[in-house]
Amino acid sequence: MSFDAALPVIFMALMGIAMLIYVVSDGYDLGVGMLMHRATPAEKDMLVASIGPYWDANETWLVLGVGILLIAFPKAHGIVLQALYLPVALMLIGLVLRGVAFDFRVKAKEGHKVTWDRLFFAGSVIASVAQGWMLGRYVSGFGEGWNYPLFAAAIAAALPMAYVLMGACWLVMKSEGALQEKAIGWARLAWLPVVVGMILISMATPWVSATVRDRWFALPEIIALITIPLSTAAALATLRALLNTQIVKGALCWLPFALMIAVFLFGFLGLAYSIYPFVVLDRLTLWQAASSPEALKVILIGVCISVPAIAAYTAYSYWVFRGKTSELKYA
Amino acid sequence: MDALLLARMQFAANITFHILFPTISIGLGWALLFFRLRWLTTQQQGWLDAYRFWTKVFALSFALGVVSGITMSFQFGTNWPGFMEKVGDIAGPLLGYEVLTAFFLEAGFLGIMLFGHGRVSERVHFAATALVAFGTTLSAFWILALNSWMQTPAGYTIDAAGVYHVSSWIAVVFNPSFPYRLTHMLLASVLTVSFLLAGLSAWQLLRGVAGRSAPLVLRTALTVAAIAAPLQIVAGDLHGLNTLQHQPQKIAAMEGIWETEKGAALRLFAWPDEKTRSNHLEIAIPTLGSWILTHAADGEIKGLNEFRGSHPPVAPLFFAFRAMVGIGLLMLATSWLGGWLYWRRGWNAAALPRPLLRVLAGMSFAGWLATVCGWYVTEIGRQPFIVQGLIRTADVASNVAAPSIALTLALYVVLYLALIVAYVTVLKYMAEKPEEVLETESKERAAQPAVIATSPPVVPGAAA
Repeated sequence: MSFDAALPVIFMALMGIAMLIYVVSDGYDLGVGMLMHRATPAEKDMLVASIGPYWDANETWLVLGVGILLIAFPKAHGIVLQALYLPVALMLIGLVLRGVAFDFRVKAKEGHKVTWDRLFFAGSVIASVAQGWMLGRYVSGFGEGWNYPLFAAAIAAALPMAYVLMGACWLVMKSEGALQEKAIGWARLAWLPVVVGMILISMATPWVSATVRDRWFALPEIIALITIPLSTAAALATLRALLNTQIVKGALCWLPFALMIAVFLFGFLGLAYSIYPFVVLDRLTLWQAASSPEALKVILIGVCISVPAIAAYTAYSYWVFRGKTSELKYA
Repeated sequence: MDALLLARMQFAANITFHILFPTISIGLGWALLFFRLRWLTTQQQGWLDAYRFWTKVFALSFALGVVSGITMSFQFGTNWPGFMEKVGDIAGPLLGYEVLTAFFLEAGFLGIMLFGHGRVSERVHFAATALVAFGTTLSAFWILALNSWMQTPAGYTIDAAGVYHVSSWIAVVFNPSFPYRLTHMLLASVLTVSFLLAGLSAWQLLRGVAGRSAPLVLRTALTVAAIAAPLQIVAGDLHGLNTLQHQPQKIAAMEGIWETEKGAALRLFAWPDEKTRSNHLEIAIPTLGSWILTHAADGEIKGLNEFRGSHPPVAPLFFAFRAMVGIGLLMLATSWLGGWLYWRRGWNAAALPRPLLRVLAGMSFAGWLATVCGWYVTEIGRQPFIVQGLIRTADVASNVAAPSIALTLALYVVLYLALIVAYVTVLKYMAEKPEEVLETESKERAAQPAVIATSPPVVPGAAA
């Protein structure tokens, strides 16, 4: 493949990775946000403290992903955003509310904090549900028919649950004592809906998309591909077992979260396999949707400077704030 | 209501909300650098107080700019898909560089600047602050380059399929209107921040708080405003000359001139009527229009009737322009009067007349109004084109149905109005806090590890 023909593939990979990192990182942010209503006022502060240093870095990956879609695949950008017009607007409103609530809840009058906490929760829910709907529509190629909205609705319910599980696992890792116990309880509660959701979606996706069906249920590919659902099942089963142990409160508190990252990664790989080389399923390949090679080369320069910077920034902030959230107290 | 108009209103609502915050960030970054420098050289506590307070304002403003910026990155696709398809080769990289510059800021230096005291040396902290200020300005450079290109396109070729390609990046970026528009916007940011600094400080003086910092900030603000206001008027004049040359229909609409005239009058007030293509209730000063617009008594101003079907709506431009100029002149008068009075009283804030302080407090957000009016003039003034003379807005619109757009427009407007109210309320509340509280809070914060984020570190039970 010539460099010019490889450019769209490079950008598709970049966009995919950006979106994966976004979903994993903002996934636990939004998950924690959705757990706010189950926390006491003191615990709410802890929840926010556990994600406060990271949310901004996490959201940059969304802008990077959508930004690449906009400037590298303008035709696809138009199709995708028009088809997802209302859910995108709802997601943005949710993200705005969640984002400003971080600052407003501590800067505003004490009495308004409760309102801002509610808005934090609401914003997290709205953004997650909207993202689930968008994922469902995108994966099914924006199909028309009675079963497509149903499919999207199922993912709109499942993705937030996955985020909640992710958020709970994050809290297991970052908190101690009573809050950690609570977080383990929340993770146990969220686990079953996530598993059920994933099973349903795995069954529904081939039903809803002929392309996916053909790609997956083909010998000999299926022998290799079966590792993806099997690995996902193994990860989820290990996660559930861990939640019953004592060691998860101590040395292995990071493992549930790591397993959830693995679950998202497997899901992403499955999705990538199903979709490539389309950027809009069955309608637009990435070469058809891409900008001219000249433009892509100009953008690539900028990306080569900034993506390492964003990655370094993200890594640094996680390193500075490693350890338990409870340690973030003034001396 | 028709879908195109709704789409334009929605884009306008989003970008209006967004511009409010970078306008503050750009100027405030440089102001913070100044406060820090003054503290380092004079060791006067008031400068450190000023720095601490206005850093919080910067953080809040930046956060709102970030979330609204995320929304903006989606608006091109949701509202104007045809735009990126046609001019993606030009708009893509410019938008990309604007976003990347803004995020590079956040990535590297904002965290250090906001929360790094005690964590890094004074030199590093100062450098970080300078880089943040520079970064916000650079971000403005890229976005103004794109917007100016849309007004006065240059450096492009069009292929057989109607797709635009770059023939010269220098010509694309440094297109005919770019220098004027960039200067005008940067000065607008300086003026907006000056009046915000002056207004909040005046409010603090009226309430008897922030006795150490408010007089210092007020003096800085009035001095800067007094210099920036006349500069802005000159910049605006030059911008106008350039616009007359490249977008005569915009000038004609701004001035309410229907028929081509030599020695055109300046319409101070009128009620433009597009149906009859004439003005009602016109109050005009003869010849002054041509003097201002062409610097010659018999200069020719082309009338709207020469551009039938391709000129912008007249009434919005006519009134928005007058509002902007009116606010600008008011800023000039207030900054000169206020600066002079303050100087005469030996920079003693206690001796300032309370009516002056009330006027300044009332003008805290005058810059916002003027900036938004100016943007409306220039953007509505480009209609019916999205790229002046080349691509019509109607041709790149999405095919989303009008009711959907109406719904999202309503949601955005309600959200943004609520957030603006919250922002102003919180600024006022923070400004009124006594200095002792601020000092305790900042000591608490300094004891914490550095936070690389726009959100303040949250300590259970403690305030930010």
